[in-house]
Amino acid sequence: MGTPLTLFEKVWRSHEVVPQSTDTPAVLYIDLHLIHEVTSPQAFTVLRERGLRLRRPELTFATMDHSTPTRTEQVFGGAPISIEAAARQVHALERNCAAFNVELLGLRDARRGIVHIIGPELGLTLPGKTVVCGDSHTSTHGALGALAFGIGTTEVGHVFATQCLLQRKPRTLAVNVHGALPAAVSAKDLILAIIGRIGVAGGTGHVIEYRGEAIRALDMDGRMTVCNMSIEAGARAGMIAPDESTFRYLAGRPRAPQGAAWEAALEQWRQLPSDPGARFDREVDIEAGSLEPMMTYGTNPGMVIPVGGTIPERADDPMFAKALSYMGFAPGQPLREHPVNVVFVGSCTNGRISDLRAAASLLRGRKVASGVHMLVVPGSQHVKQQAEAEGLDRIFLEAGAEWRESGCSMCLGMNGDLVPKGQYAVSTSNRNFEGRQGVGARTLLASPLTAAACAVRGRVTDPRELL
Amino acid sequence: MEPIRTLRSRTVVLNASDIDTDQIIPARFLTTTTREGLGEHLFADWRYGPDGTPRADFVLNQPQARGCTILVAGANFGCGSSREHAPWALTDFGLRAVISTQIADIFRNNALKNGLLPVIVDADTHRWLLEHPGEPLSIDLESSSLTLPSGATVSFPLEPFARYCLMNGVDELGFLLGREAEIAAYEARRGLA
Repeated sequence: MGTPLTLFEKVWRSHEVVPQSTDTPAVLYIDLHLIHEVTSPQAFTVLRERGLRLRRPELTFATMDHSTPTRTEQVFGGAPISIEAAARQVHALERNCAAFNVELLGLRDARRGIVHIIGPELGLTLPGKTVVCGDSHTSTHGALGALAFGIGTTEVGHVFATQCLLQRKPRTLAVNVHGALPAAVSAKDLILAIIGRIGVAGGTGHVIEYRGEAIRALDMDGRMTVCNMSIEAGARAGMIAPDESTFRYLAGRPRAPQGAAWEAALEQWRQLPSDPGARFDREVDIEAGSLEPMMTYGTNPGMVIPVGGTIPERADDPMFAKALSYMGFAPGQPLREHPVNVVFVGSCTNGRISDLRAAASLLRGRKVASGVHMLVVPGSQHVKQQAEAEGLDRIFLEAGAEWRESGCSMCLGMNGDLVPKGQYAVSTSNRNFEGRQGVGARTLLASPLTAAACAVRGRVTDPRELL
Repeated sequence: MEPIRTLRSRTVVLNASDIDTDQIIPARFLTTTTREGLGEHLFADWRYGPDGTPRADFVLNQPQARGCTILVAGANFGCGSSREHAPWALTDFGLRAVISTQIADIFRNNALKNGLLPVIVDADTHRWLLEHPGEPLSIDLESSSLTLPSGATVSFPLEPFARYCLMNGVDELGFLLGREAEIAAYEARRGLA
């Protein structure tokens, strides 16, 4: 028996082309490279300038999500994409993928969607793989037991040309979530509580492994929500050991191994979980049973309290005062009953079918409050089709919400889906930074269930009041 | 990439913690397909009023900021989105180093690949720098240290390979391309060839 190893250590070691030394970082092999229209064009330019090709084009996979329209007439109806620069970026990706032989799920492809939704959905993301993408929410894919992290555009070029990255080995942080989440408390509430606990820089330099009964009890959609927001705690990657839930989720997915290859893969994947006694550089313990529906009140995801809580006071902290001033809040003020103008359900954090089901369960037979603009944007075209097959679109439309084509949409507003200046948006996305959803927009991050409750009442509402 | 061995400049101070890359360069400027010209949009929502005119109260608009190449910022600089447009905007504006007590992982990686030096200092040095904007500093890569106006030197951590690349103007892609034999051998071991 060798030294007990963590899940991270096992995946890292099996991808070392050259181990790190004092003088040089490790050369790490990348199994899956996902690209999109915003962070790839300059990397293709470098290939052209240096006369290079993609080393392994079959390991790179492209889609478009960040700047794409969500209005059906602009996606399928032949209407022009309203933002000209976004249209140019979309066309640049089409040209680049054709020129460099990269498979692209284009604007009208039935399999298109947010890159972090479709990787797992298609079975491209698998346990034990290394996955990178020019996007910080690549941490999402760690929910399947992959080592997945966001990279910059220069590194996108490195992977294009060599299928490798130069990386120093990060430290490990175990987040142990004991017990069971109470009713109406979701994976989103859990990860917001974890970020509130360890802080927005608490995971810097670390890969997080989420462990414990509450994590094991989450379905794959919930696990992806948790891993997705690892970066909001400063960690580049979050991982969850693969188990029977993971294998059930992956079985039969179009790009997952089939037949004998599936059986062989299962054999390997069962070896991945951290060994008993494996040591982490740090550990944090969270009691799931004491958690409540959570909501952010400030301008980073660590500024978070239970929906029923009051905004804390921090005298002599000018940054805290600046954040509250931006949000139009005061210390000691409750969030509950604060008026809401916009509700956004979607994004790589909460744009999967379980998220839409949760929001719809609360909206069924109810109406979005007068004056509230509610936008529901499925995370992928597949999620959209599934939701429509279940009749969820009818529930949203009859309640008075908008039902759109898939994309990143109002999470960052690159495509023009924006929150107007000064308005309050309860959003199931991942960042409440100043101006993230539009210049002067005020974002309150929450779960899909809480977002739906706020839409119905037009005020900040604990969803348990409506269940 | 231009080799960097030393940097000498007065500092410009942005005394805010957790400055995320959405502040450094808002998403609406990411529809570009080139790297150039982003300095104009650096800190756009802090730097310009609603009508697009520069705000006199924002530090980068003030005359003393002109020509400064060293930015001192609060803890956890560059958190959030992985957009490399953030270091592109900072360097296009003329900055060559960012000093803080903590710099986010992806931003730090991106900065190093664009000749922008991330400098992590201890809390006392940081406090002094925040309280003394415009003081002249010199940063030496060989010794990974910065020299304060008092003559005191403070060392900072710099990954040896990143330092080598910065000091020699070497880009990492050339190094990786040189590992072709090892990469091919790895692929053969895994049956990926």
